[in-house]
Amino acid sequence: MSTLLEADSEKLLAAVRGLLARKGIASHAEISERIAITDQANPGQGARMVAKAWIDPAYRTLMLSDGAKAAEAIGIPMRGMPPLGVLENTPELHNLVVCTLCSCYPRAVLGYPPFWYKSAAYRARAVRDPRGMLAEEWQTVIPAEIKLRVVDSTADYRWMVLPQRPAGTDGWGETQLAAIVREGDMIGVTIPRA
Amino acid sequence: MSFAPGTQVRVKDDWPEAHRPVHIRTPYYVRGQAGTVLRHLGDFPNPEDLAFARPAERRPLYHVLFSQDAVWHEDHPGDELLVEIFEHWLEPA
Amino acid sequence: MDKEALRSHHDLGGIPKYMCEPVDTEPHGLTDFDKEVDALRQILGAKQVMSVDELRRGIEAIPEAEYHRLSYYRRWIRSITDNLLTKGVITEAELRAALEGA
Repeated sequence: MSTLLEADSEKLLAAVRGLLARKGIASHAEISERIAITDQANPGQGARMVAKAWIDPAYRTLMLSDGAKAAEAIGIPMRGMPPLGVLENTPELHNLVVCTLCSCYPRAVLGYPPFWYKSAAYRARAVRDPRGMLAEEWQTVIPAEIKLRVVDSTADYRWMVLPQRPAGTDGWGETQLAAIVREGDMIGVTIPRA
Repeated sequence: MSFAPGTQVRVKDDWPEAHRPVHIRTPYYVRGQAGTVLRHLGDFPNPEDLAFARPAERRPLYHVLFSQDAVWHEDHPGDELLVEIFEHWLEPA
Repeated sequence: MDKEALRSHHDLGGIPKYMCEPVDTEPHGLTDFDKEVDALRQILGAKQVMSVDELRRGIEAIPEAEYHRLSYYRRWIRSITDNLLTKGVITEAELRAALEGA
């Protein structure tokens, strides 16, 4: 391995960017454009899917059978993105997503993965002591009678959680419902509350 | 070979990373473990070859369910682990 | 058999060393550096210069102490550069000159 790789990261980036621009592989304008596109993805998109699934049974069925189609159906761009699987929480089952090998995350519908998702502590603890970790770090207590299923995102799919609709939201519209769905609810570290 | 939903399988107890540079997507903690196929997720190019820019054959990918207790022996009865595993890492249990 | 002794250092599920480490749940926004590296990776993937699998392999090749010392996107730029050199997209001489000029 080249010792040049041990150079300061900012310098490496500047050097590589310069070389790739000169070679016509990636221009500065292309990088700026890509950043602008990537910045558009955010947890609000996933939240809209969740809210729609809570209200519209046909959409819920679509979402559970093909997450990417469900995302596209409400205008979220999925072209070139990995397949999206949706894990449904029920009164008997709670899902928690982790990637122990790297940081696979449903970026198309939630945006950049949060810092904690990429941390060694989360990656290690989520598969082995999920109940302890959720209680300690997020004050999320999963009752003993509910089965906890940890989904290790190891390959080509990306996974998001469809949480249960909280009590006290009867008669709420889609926008109001979407506003209470947070990033962590769609990974399984937290649970939406009215 | 292909595994129908509900098939009992075992993850191969292989450790290629201990012998040579590899890129594998089967976490260490499920190696040698028995699990149940939940479903076939589709066929995808083998990442073990893609990682080295080699021609990559499409391989069946399964969602395989394991018991937390069997993997960690830490008394979480009923809790589960669900992992995407390529067919070449699985054998009938 | 001691599975933990045979695993690769990036294969972190259930590793005792991290089981008592707190999870930093505070939001940390991405820096310009982070976003540029992320965008560059996407472009190299879209143009089939290097795949996400090659990115991961390059990250896994970073020695363990460095892997844990480097931030997330610092691992990425290191792997990207490693891949570009290995694949002959850029040469060591070009990179050295560019680093000296940087």
